[in-house]
Amino acid sequence: MPFVSPEEFAKEKIAAVQDYALLSWHAVSNIFSRPRYWPDIFTQMDSIGFGSLPIVILTGFFTGCVLALQSATSLQAFGAISMTGNLVALSMVKELGPVLTGLMISGRNASGMASELGSMKVTEQIDAMRALGTDPIRKLVTPRLYATVFMLFFLTIVADAVGIAGGALVSVTLLGLNASSYFHTSYRALAYGDVVQGLTKPLFSGFIIATVGCYFGLKTKGGTQGVGRSTTQAVVVSSVFIIIVDFIVSRAMIGIFGR
Amino acid sequence: MPIDLANAGLSSNRGDADPAGPVVAYKDVSISFDGKPVLEKISFTVQRAETRIILGPAGCGKSVLMKLANGLLRPDSGTIEVFGQEITTMPEKSLFKLRARIGMVFQESALFDSLSVEDNVAYRLHEDGVPEDEAHKRVVEALQFVELEHAIAKFPSELSGGMRRRVSIARAIISSPDLILYDSPTGGLDPITSTTIIELVVKQRDVSHTTSLLITHRLQDAFVLARNRFNPETGKMELIPNNGIDDSTKFLVLNEGKVVFDGTTEALVHSTDPWLKEYIS
Repeated sequence: MPFVSPEEFAKEKIAAVQDYALLSWHAVSNIFSRPRYWPDIFTQMDSIGFGSLPIVILTGFFTGCVLALQSATSLQAFGAISMTGNLVALSMVKELGPVLTGLMISGRNASGMASELGSMKVTEQIDAMRALGTDPIRKLVTPRLYATVFMLFFLTIVADAVGIAGGALVSVTLLGLNASSYFHTSYRALAYGDVVQGLTKPLFSGFIIATVGCYFGLKTKGGTQGVGRSTTQAVVVSSVFIIIVDFIVSRAMIGIFGR
Repeated sequence: MPIDLANAGLSSNRGDADPAGPVVAYKDVSISFDGKPVLEKISFTVQRAETRIILGPAGCGKSVLMKLANGLLRPDSGTIEVFGQEITTMPEKSLFKLRARIGMVFQESALFDSLSVEDNVAYRLHEDGVPEDEAHKRVVEALQFVELEHAIAKFPSELSGGMRRRVSIARAIISSPDLILYDSPTGGLDPITSTTIIELVVKQRDVSHTTSLLITHRLQDAFVLARNRFNPETGKMELIPNNGIDDSTKFLVLNEGKVVFDGTTEALVHSTDPWLKEYIS
């Protein structure tokens, strides 16, 4: 790796932040003017939302299962094993459902966006699109952004539901708890603020996944090796951003709702 | 010959700031990448219905020059006028409108690999909201022009390099552009396929009289273009009688980012510049 002066390094990073901010702004604002590519938005919703359903269900379900299994040991020590449902529901809805779904979708879709757009960039398809009079941000980034934000919201709800169901399965079959009692404590545990917190996070995660994936895709240089590099960077950066933003949103929500 | 395509060049001054002026005008254009100058003080003009062949060794900035002509890149200094409009400071949104009048054939074809040949060729028509029936009719006409109507349902991955280049030409001419930019249309092709592509360029030049810029590093292709004409009766390209040269075909030769020649075929052949003599020999 060639050595660059601190000044050049700082300039590069600031320029990258500026490019990312401009890309995000254009991607968001494009929906308010014509042309709008609705078929592309629906295609992306199908690909990102329905296509990610199996991994979200599997991840959510087994996270709920292991959460019930692990927490039961600690709760048993206090004679509070009946609170397993409470713990699983709160953990899934507030934290694990949104974060794990975000990370899984990031792994699947931020990489997909970066590699698809990166391949288009290195084969001059992006330039061809511009030469044919189409704005690539409007055609490629805006549909991915809105599709990801919209679908991640519902995928998170699915992950929360199957996670609680997974916890129920373990609680009933392995821990010998009563199913009705499990669901009752789960339901009672959740307050309005918890649900709002859990469903606000995927909006931010969806934004991060799409904008970071598309940013690295459109910035790809250097042929197939560059596509691989962009894909890796997109997954790493979006995953780290999701966890950082998760902390910030959690803190803000605790400040607003007091829990 | 489809009427729409044959008449393509006849409406070539729609909305021009100066209909009698040059279609493309570069004035002192310079651009550098990572501090390394690629083009330095480039100035030339391309008149209406002119075919300008850009020659030069690999890496001398030919493709960069071409991308500057439709605003895909912006110069560091100098001005570029296309259809009389200054494009170097033009916002991207206005450039999209201007590009509707410019067709471009990319070096590696740059076809959309997830779209069929029909959707690739019809891309601009779909963007403009042309009804499906009319779009299909015009795609068939454009594919007939490049003799590829049988490949309409195929995908780019199923086509050979020459076929891809011909689809790319069909995509560039479907909207009857006033200016066509050919970026190495014969690059990487065998001599027979190259001649087929050059024949299409000659056909477009002589039938539609469209202004064009063509990059090539194959001298034989450049001279085939200059010495041949399209015969609409036989539907084939033929040599201009009596060693004639096409008047509308001119040359621009670049070397190390600078213009070393700008003029007619005759002047190029009789140039006394030692580098140029060696280059064309």
